[in-house]
Parts: sequence; C-alpha cells; structure tokens
Amino acid sequence: MAKRKIYLDHNATTPLHPEVKKALKKAMEVFGNPSSLHSFGREARRLVEQVRGEVASFIGAAPEEVIFVGSGSEANNTALSIFTCSSSKCTCTAKGGTRIITTSIEHPCILETSKCLQDRGTKVSFLEVDQYGKIKIEKLKSMISDETGLISVMMANNEIGTTQDIKAVAKIAHARGILFHTDAVQAVGKIPVDVKDLDADFLTLSAHKIYGPKGIGVLYVKKGIPFCSLIHGGHQEQGRRAGTENTLGIIGLGKAVQMRAKEMGEEEKRLLKLKTILKNGIEEKISNIQFNGHPRDCLTNTLNVSFEGAEGEAILLYLDLEGIAVSTGSACASGSLDPSHVLLATGVSAERAHGSIRISMGRDNTIKDVECLLDKLPKVIKKIRGMSTSYIKKGER
Amino acid sequence: MSEKNKWVYTEKLKEHFVNPKNVLADGEEERFDAKGVVGNIKCGDEMMVAIKVDKQKGTISDCKWKTYGCASAIASTSILSEMVKGMSLDQAYHLSPKDVAKELGGLPEHKIHCSVLGDKALRAAINDYYQRNGMQDKVEKEKARIICQCMNVTDLEIERAVLEGARTLLELQEKTKLGTVCGQCKGKATVLLDKYIKEHFAKEE
Repeated sequence: MAKRKIYLDHNATTPLHPEVKKALKKAMEVFGNPSSLHSFGREARRLVEQVRGEVASFIGAAPEEVIFVGSGSEANNTALSIFTCSSSKCTCTAKGGTRIITTSIEHPCILETSKCLQDRGTKVSFLEVDQYGKIKIEKLKSMISDETGLISVMMANNEIGTTQDIKAVAKIAHARGILFHTDAVQAVGKIPVDVKDLDADFLTLSAHKIYGPKGIGVLYVKKGIPFCSLIHGGHQEQGRRAGTENTLGIIGLGKAVQMRAKEMGEEEKRLLKLKTILKNGIEEKISNIQFNGHPRDCLTNTLNVSFEGAEGEAILLYLDLEGIAVSTGSACASGSLDPSHVLLATGVSAERAHGSIRISMGRDNTIKDVECLLDKLPKVIKKIRGMSTSYIKKGER
Repeated sequence: MSEKNKWVYTEKLKEHFVNPKNVLADGEEERFDAKGVVGNIKCGDEMMVAIKVDKQKGTISDCKWKTYGCASAIASTSILSEMVKGMSLDQAYHLSPKDVAKELGGLPEHKIHCSVLGDKALRAAINDYYQRNGMQDKVEKEKARIICQCMNVTDLEIERAVLEGARTLLELQEKTKLGTVCGQCKGKATVLLDKYIKEHFAKEE
C-alpha cells in the first residue's frame, strides 16, 4: 500500500519548502493588520516590509517596486489592464498606445485577458513562435506600430520550458518607447532573474511555483512607469492593490525566496544532469518519440515529450496508478478537446500534441525518481500502443 | 496523500482501465466478420470495433476493439465489448452511451463524449456486417451521415436533438457538442437544423 509517490509536476505547483512550513507556522501567530498603528499592526507591517526587501533584492528591484498581489494570474491581469482604465481620474498620461503585442504561447491568464481586452476595443496581436517555441524577433519588429503601448512576452514557457531572450525584447520595446512586461512565473527561482539587467517595466512572479504558499504573487513595476490598479478601494501597496495584505502568504513567499537564493544554483546543475539521463533513457527505451521545446534554451527542470500512438491522458493516468505524477498536453483531462495551444503554436500536429506529457522536476527529485519513471514509462507506453488504433500501422513496438 | 483519495473515475472504470478486456491483438482482425472505425485522431480520439457474428442466431459472439483514446474511452469500450456478447445485432445497435455509462457507475459529464466513441464504432461495425452480408436494406434504414467529424455527430443525432427541443445552433451544440472543435460543420448543421425544424414542427408555428 505504501507505494512511493513521485512528484514530477513542479511547473503546476510545488510543495512547501520545509523552511517555508516552519516560517508559516511561526507567522500564524502574527494576525495584526499591517495598516494598524498599534503594536500588533506594526509587527505585521515590519514583517511584510522585510519580505518586500527580500523579494526586491532577489530580483534586483527596489523595495517600492514590489507589489504583492493574490497570484501570478492577478499580476498578469493587472499589467495588461492598465491600458483599458477609462477612469477620468486616471493619471496614467503616459499610456499612449492602445495596441498590445503578446505571444501565442502565453499562459491562459495572458491570452484570455488579451482576448477580453480585445472585446473591449484594445487591439491585440499575437506573435508567432518557431518549432522550438522561440519567438520570432524579426516578426516582432515588423508588428510594432506607433499605436503599440505594451509588449508582453513570457520568460519561460510552462509547458515546453523554452526560454526567451527577454533582454532583446525589452530593448526593442524601449527603442520605440513601448512598455515591456514579462510573465516570469516559471523562470523566477529556476534561472537568474534580474529586472534591472532585463530592463523590464513589469514582471510577474508567483510564490507557489517556488516552494511557497498559494495565493500570493508579485507584480514588479519599475519606478516611474504608468500604473493603474486592478483592484481599487484601499491604500495598501501604495494604493496600487487594495485589500489587506496576505501577511501569512507574504511571509511564506519571503522564506521561499530566501531558500531559492541559496539553493537554485546547485539545483539547476543537478536537475540538468537528471534531465539528460531522463532524456537519453526515454530515447533509448521508447521508439517513435519526439521531444518538444528548445533543445538548449529550456528550463532544466522541464521535459516535454510526445509518444506516437499514445494518448496523453491515458499515459498520465497509468503513471498515476504507479504513483508517478506528470502533466499532459492533451486537453482530454480538462474537458476540452483542444490540445495544448503551446504545442500547436510550435507547429506540432494535433495528434502529436494529444500524445504528449510534461515532466517537470523539482528540488526533491533524485536519480531514483528518474530511474523509476524510466522503468515504468516504457511499460505504460507499450500497453497503450498495444491497444492503439493509430499505432498498429507502424508494425513495431 | 492517502489511498482514500478518490480517483477521478469510479472503481469499475478504473478496473476496466487497468485491465482492459477484449483488446484486439495484432493479426487478429482476420477472424472477425465486420469492423467499424470512428473518430479522428486529430480530435484526440479514434476507435475501432470488430465483431464476430453467430449467423444462425443473429447474435454477436465476439467483440474486440482498439482505440487511440483516454481512460474513459478505453474503459467504456472495454465494458461495452463485454456487454454486447450474446446480444442480437438489433439489440446491440440500440445500445446507448447512457447504458454504457450506467454500467460503469457513471462518468463525469465532461468525459461523456469520450465514451460515445465505443458504441458509435459498434454501430459502424454492425452496419459493416449488414453491408457485407447482403442486408443493405437494414443499413439503409439506419444510415446516418456524419456531419461533425470532430465530435462524430450525425444527421440523425441532429434530428433527435431537434425532436428533443433544440431550436438554435447553440442549443444544438449544447445537446450534441457538434462544431465545438474545428467548427467547420456549423454551416451544414444550421441548414439541417432548419430542415428538421420545418419537417417536424412547421405546422405548430
């Protein structure tokens, strides 16, 4: 019964770091409203501001450039929505442009928000990517017009792990006086992120992807950049995000960031080794497979692979029965029949997209986990291919 | 996490998913009398059902299958293949996805579409049998034309949905899910929708 469980879905969410758990337990005693003037409030305020400083130094920002929000999705929504604020009191005079350029492989919270803004009159263009999920920089240049007000490009893709040359995009944007936002939810804590080096105007990060608690995210907003809040009605976060601060979440985020700063360097090297073993192992043991994403410019924890003739949800659930948790690019599990928009955007066929899984490793994974997956996965694929209508045509296993 | 954590599906479905019954082995196809293939791999699932018929009794003596599909498709076809053995062709033809889902102890609503492939492929196989055995009259009677390739929705189903109350494309889509993937069939479907509404309800209005 006590089967060992292996978690390989860190891009979906991560377990709390043991140190974060400890910090959270302690933080549960802190209940004061950070806005209160009495000692209870002051204690909470001190802790919140301490974390603000820690997060700021982790991403190379100034503390006042860090806004705590409810999630990565909220941060992304906020960044995009500054263009549609129609309030007469709005002081964002520098908004200027009305067109947004983003990419076809963004997270739904960018894509759906963009489409929602489109319905309200904002012009949105979606930049294409190549077969590896890299944005087409030359195409981006040609898409820019005088109307363009914001470019938003994710730093690392959640499904295929492909990383973008964010610095280059920021440069292009700024050369034309355009604001630049990057969704760095999957990048922060995995690869070094420095907002000054990147020269981003806005950057999104989320605590639960870096072993922190859920329900807390950050929007970095460069000093002096026009800004409109998404949630009104309070002076919190310099009037930029109303609502009593999530003290517990913020303290958890602070500890998570501290631990990332200590651990991520070594971890990246370790995971790269594991990924190489995993990749070679899959290639060696299973025929008719294809890896998705960029072979080099890719998060070291992420491996996305397609298996011909095997449907993703079936792979996921057979592995789940073995105690191994992965994710799928097949949408069957989520109820929609559309396969991953990211894989389709890279030109992968619908069939190959339906037959893909995402393996995303994290700080707890060891060579044992990789070996276990390499033991179970070929059997699962063989079983599924054995009953596949599409695989008999190949005449091999 | 404890073992108490429920799987997304029922125990029965899990059982058929882990140990699918009657999967067609390589080279076994020859020994069957007819087969039906439905679905489209581009839409994420494809199903093939092969049947062997006891000609004297007119019943299904064996049923095997293959699929490119998710857990629901695998499990529901596995259980379907058990259910139809011994059934008359006519009985088997009129099995509905509801019967299969019931046998599985229920399916999450969003997974129903995955389970309908099995009985569609079965009907296709039975029609194939009629065709091969000079029983075209039977086929004629049951003939259905697939309108929505992605979701495998036929004109007969559109007619049924109209009879059940669908009057707009949206209502039709709610009932049949047609045109919800690539959307190419929407034009055709609208024409049929109007046709069936006129045919069945013209006098009312």
